[in-house]
Amino acid sequence: MNLHVEMEHHRGILIVRLSGELDHHTADMVRMQMDEAIQRRQSEHLVLSLKDLQFMDSSGLGVILGRYKLIKNKGGKMVVCDVNSPVYRLLEMSGLFKIMPIYENEGTALSGLEVVS
Amino acid sequence: MNEGTGTNFMNLQFAAKSENESFARVTVAAFISQLDPTMDELSDLKTVISEAVTNSIIHGYNNNSEGVVSIQAEIREDMITIIVEDRGEGIEDLELAKQPLYTSKPELERSGMGFTIMENFMDEFEVSSEPGRGTSIKMKKRIESKKALYN
Repeated sequence: MNLHVEMEHHRGILIVRLSGELDHHTADMVRMQMDEAIQRRQSEHLVLSLKDLQFMDSSGLGVILGRYKLIKNKGGKMVVCDVNSPVYRLLEMSGLFKIMPIYENEGTALSGLEVVS
Repeated sequence: MNEGTGTNFMNLQFAAKSENESFARVTVAAFISQLDPTMDELSDLKTVISEAVTNSIIHGYNNNSEGVVSIQAEIREDMITIIVEDRGEGIEDLELAKQPLYTSKPELERSGMGFTIMENFMDEFEVSSEPGRGTSIKMKKRIESKKALYN
């Protein structure tokens, strides 16, 4: 499968780095892996790093929105970072930036979350 | 038979399986590459192909991989026309389906953005659908060739 999920846990914050292509075919796998990690590690907040994501379509938007709802319902915050220009346009078109902060990189995303929490 | 310069076409048919989504968008992108599109244009085209094919698989065929999805792409000068078709369930209410964020399958965590993305990324976008017969999406886009940018 042309998608790789890398995860790291850092003081209640789950950092998820996606590389490859996030479409309908790979969406279920990403969804399951993220939900399992959020559950098992009792993550409060989520940082989604999209630096090496080469392709995303509306199936990916569905995955992001679904995780946003999950984290928000548990009282946490979700942010995205390192977004390339095609993915940025999709997120903008879907109105995602109205509900979710975007940061330049993981460092600024983590400090952003630590300020609000 | 010589179609003349500036005209070209391709036809593609494949099983309605999600693993073919990547195959479909990469193949169409490779065909369009002869127009020397920018990275953004290529990425837009890959996205709309992915949206249309995903719709056919999930909504047209309800994930039944016996279904067949077909794509026709045509180049005329700097204009690309793409038709994505299925012979699946069809869409009952097209106007509703085109509403941003509307999805008929919220349980699958669909974003409901497929048609909105196709409308935004392409210059022309047209859906025709008949319940029980299938759906056909026709899209056009003018490619601002990189070569033209230098002139």
